Amino acid sequence: MFEASDLNIHNQRAEKLWRLLFLMMTLLLILPVLIILGVLIHKGGPMISIDFLFTEPKDGMTAGGIFPALVGTVWLVAVALLASVPVGVAAALYLSEYAPDNWLTRAINLAIINLAGVPSIVHALFGVGAFVLFFRFGTSILAASLTLAVMTLPVVIVATRESLQAVPQAFREACWNMGATRWQTIRKVVLPNSVSGILTGIILEVSRTAGETAPIMFTGAAFFLPFLPQSVFDQTMAMSLHLFVISTQVPGVPEALPFGVALVLITMVLVMNAVSIAFRMVLRSKKKW
Amino acid sequence: MVEADRSSAAETDEVVSTAPVKVDVRNLTISYSGKTALRDVTLDIRQNEIFGIIGPANSGKTSFLRALNRMDLFIPGMKVDGSIVLDGREVRKWRNVYALRRRIGVVFPLPVGLPMSVYDNVALAPRLAGIKKRARLDPIVERCLQRAALWDEVKDRLDSLGSLLSGGQQQRLTIARALSQEPDLLLLDEFSIAVDPVTTMRIEEVLKELKQELTIVLVTNLVQQARRLADRTAFFLTGELVEVAATSALFSGEVNDERTRAYVEGRFG
Repeated sequence: MFEASDLNIHNQRAEKLWRLLFLMMTLLLILPVLIILGVLIHKGGPMISIDFLFTEPKDGMTAGGIFPALVGTVWLVAVALLASVPVGVAAALYLSEYAPDNWLTRAINLAIINLAGVPSIVHALFGVGAFVLFFRFGTSILAASLTLAVMTLPVVIVATRESLQAVPQAFREACWNMGATRWQTIRKVVLPNSVSGILTGIILEVSRTAGETAPIMFTGAAFFLPFLPQSVFDQTMAMSLHLFVISTQVPGVPEALPFGVALVLITMVLVMNAVSIAFRMVLRSKKKW
Repeated sequence: MVEADRSSAAETDEVVSTAPVKVDVRNLTISYSGKTALRDVTLDIRQNEIFGIIGPANSGKTSFLRALNRMDLFIPGMKVDGSIVLDGREVRKWRNVYALRRRIGVVFPLPVGLPMSVYDNVALAPRLAGIKKRARLDPIVERCLQRAALWDEVKDRLDSLGSLLSGGQQQRLTIARALSQEPDLLLLDEFSIAVDPVTTMRIEEVLKELKQELTIVLVTNLVQQARRLADRTAFFLTGELVEVAATSALFSGEVNDERTRAYVEGRFG
């Protein structure tokens, strides 16, 4: 019979300790999420009502609802998506399916990584210079959304490229050998098997832009504007800027109001994430190879 | 050296076949990013024969097939020198490489059922060629699946996913798909690696029948498979063509090179 040696016993104990340590660190990680959500729900929860969601702010933004900001954020994110998705997906298709491995491709990849690292306030100033002044869009939804789009392009490209590369190379080669062009291969084989992954990836990444403040505050988001935008050339209120304003710029705001706004904003982002994660799980269960 | 090879090949050709030359390969050299995979190969492939290529791994067999349908254009770093003449035309002078590839069907070592229905797998090549109407596609799909000996097994589930068939079925689906291009040259690269012996024998029967209509290049590392199927066989070793001769001659010991005898008899490889 084998007996466990002292060394065996020592190793087993060490194994348990390490495992416990790693588990603790992981739990530590979700603590901030739980605290943030807990405080927001506790303090902001009572604010939430149909009235709060669907009326304008009143009395110098110390009372009333958030409807113009809610609608504004939806506009901003939607227009940003419309601008960044076609460009980003096209760029990802080129990089994944066409680009030869040379210095230019490597330079482009480097540029994408660096673009992702540019601070959002720098994007904001770029947006003012390029879209507000140079292209004469003025401070408008269009200028703000394009600024957001430039900012999200790198994540759209990376998310798309990952989905494209998940399609096995053997599928492409089988198609090429049949005399298909690269584009025919993309349309018949690569895209049908990656489009859902591309969409979920994009939603997941882009939902974050709903919370961005810096890029929109100089380019199109208004301090206070109790009307709904009529076109992309109008200014608009936005949730993130509204939260910033009532938390720091306006005296006499009841304490619960900013918490209510923050709760609605975070819920918007979480709902978009949840939809995209659920979508992804459904797709994984239907994987075709 | 090259001249000597050609004259010996010509002698055996007279015994085997007087069919016209389908593919004429001269001084073919292939390299990947400067590393040579195949060196100075000269041989010809005759119409309606099964041309076997045997040899151990890394002897350049797959590279040879890739060069035939100009895959070098899509593989970074792959470089091809020498000439390959298909039906009297140098393949590298085809302006439309897609038209060239449509004439050449390819079957890979591992079966590739594309993640679409069985029907769509086989209808893909005709659709790429512009045939859209179901009424024209149906007979093509049925005929190709029948020729690949798969029709009876899948005729009731043409709508199920091609990528979920068994390995042997997927390999026959791949053959059906290759046939749907209506190629006149069929390249098979170690098609039986992931297929059970019974299915392998069925596919081999299919190939013998297909030989009536098209020319087949069969790359295999199963020496006995070449013996069963090939009319003539070439032996590649570490990027060189050791010799090419009638299969019956190769296997009865009439060889010009001792290495061929050793490989065919299973003493190495």
